[in-house]
Amino acid sequence: MTRFWVLKILRTVLTLWFVVTFAFVVLRTSGDPVVALVGADATPEEVEQFRQLWRLDDPLWVQYFRYVFQMATGQFGISYRDGREVLDIIVERVPWTLMLGLFSYIGAILIGVPAGIVAAIKRGSTFDNLIMATAVFGFALPNFFLGILMILLFSLSLQWLPSSGTGTVWHLIMPAITLATFTAGTLARFTRSAMLEVLDKLYIRAAAAKGVGYWKRIIFHALPNASIPLVTIIGLNLGELIGGAIVVETVFAWPGVGRLLVTAVSSRDLAVVQGLVLIMAVTMVLANLVVDLLYGLLDPRIRVQN
Amino acid sequence: MKRVSPVLVFAIAVLAITVVVAIIGNVFTSHGMSQQNLLARLKPPAFMTGSNPSFPLGTDRIGRDMVARVIAGLQMSLSVAIAGTIIGAVFGSAIGFIAAHFRGWVEELLMMLVDFQASLPFILITLTLLAFFGNSMVLFIILMGLFGWEKYARLSRGVVLSAINQPYAKAIVALGAGNGRLYLKHVLPNVASALIVQVTLTFPQIILLETSLSFLGLGIQAPQTSLGQILGDGRDYLSTAWWISVWPGLVIFLVTLSMSIVGDWLRDRLDPMLRARTT
Repeated sequence: MTRFWVLKILRTVLTLWFVVTFAFVVLRTSGDPVVALVGADATPEEVEQFRQLWRLDDPLWVQYFRYVFQMATGQFGISYRDGREVLDIIVERVPWTLMLGLFSYIGAILIGVPAGIVAAIKRGSTFDNLIMATAVFGFALPNFFLGILMILLFSLSLQWLPSSGTGTVWHLIMPAITLATFTAGTLARFTRSAMLEVLDKLYIRAAAAKGVGYWKRIIFHALPNASIPLVTIIGLNLGELIGGAIVVETVFAWPGVGRLLVTAVSSRDLAVVQGLVLIMAVTMVLANLVVDLLYGLLDPRIRVQN
Repeated sequence: MKRVSPVLVFAIAVLAITVVVAIIGNVFTSHGMSQQNLLARLKPPAFMTGSNPSFPLGTDRIGRDMVARVIAGLQMSLSVAIAGTIIGAVFGSAIGFIAAHFRGWVEELLMMLVDFQASLPFILITLTLLAFFGNSMVLFIILMGLFGWEKYARLSRGVVLSAINQPYAKAIVALGAGNGRLYLKHVLPNVASALIVQVTLTFPQIILLETSLSFLGLGIQAPQTSLGQILGDGRDYLSTAWWISVWPGLVIFLVTLSMSIVGDWLRDRLDPMLRARTT
């Protein structure tokens, strides 16, 4: 039991260390790190000043440990575009992405999971086929195209919803739907197969034999067991969601971290790119740890196996 | 023999047509993909009023023929996806074979890298490298090739580990076959079906990744073009010229959809065990 937790946490620390080392290697191999972080327009005096400030004449391993320390304490440097602390720039964007992400995540779960359950218990029906077809569509439709189709329909033709920006609840609807579609499709597919697997189990038949009602069997006997693999999928999907946010926030001019990353990459504001990527990676890795631990709590078999 | 479903026929037809159009595309239009025609800017497609008969799908902001643009974009998106898929499949499977062959710390290290990759969204790594190293066609294709390598590695390691314990593999080793012969001639054909299924899963994902990045302006750069880049170009003209974005978007959608359908079918045919588990 303790071994399970310790192994999981060690693994997470190791992954985080990989992430930071990867960033350090990229920063060092792509050119002069000072030029990369203060921008190509900096004067030689400024470059020299930063070189001394960061003590780049120290041995590489000293620099490496200092770098790990700086990243761990959130000292990502200064954006050369507007001269502000990278951490401040990122922090003010986070609430927007959280709002969009939470909204679409909850929506995706509320639609995807029930759809998958119904598809599983009505296996082979028209409804099942319809849901699975929709899931395949959602999987194949690129989110930037879905976003543009929605803008064409709801903003330009029908003029029901604003096409971009923020301000009202109405602004949130299209980006959230666009972001949720893929996740809802994946969830529906996984819920369906997890439910199908559980519904065949003997304990469901036993419950039926002792007279437990149909819906009670589905909700209290099948669903809790089917939800175990679902937890992992929900965790893994966080990565898809971050990837999706990068595109969707750009389509709808939503002022979150995804759009910040795109603008930072196109203007090569490397200090911002580095800070953002590290923060996103850490978020993902920690979320995966939480999912793993939750998985162990939900399913004692996992703890024993490990 | 089961009856072939019409959906599958449709998907295969779409893929066949797409490939043919990409190969012989230039016969469909007399215009070049970057040939400007400033007197025919933002012309709507043939079925709308005000269209110009020589541009059946309309023109973009500087009067370039949408037929020629979409075909050029399709050629680029398909080539990048094919190159990326081949690089990823070969590289990832090789890693998996190496891990399964050497076991021990080599395997530990490689699988640690696989876990590391699997715990991060690939688009983050792509964006970091594009930002730091600057965008170039070579780097971009390599990045597309790295997409999904961890899935091939994990998969091929698993199937190789179970394959080399089979009697046929032991027999070949006992007969004195070397490693190259054992893995390439005997194990590879036996694990090929699992890898092919993986290819059908990653191919549409690479198309989506490439078109997303090009859409954001961070992938294929002008004067080259890709379906995603055309779509992104059209974003500023949605209110006046929807067709610039919609045609490339439709093509991307049809290709990825058909590929997923064909992939599902192949998986059912090649991997009955998986079918039992997921349907």
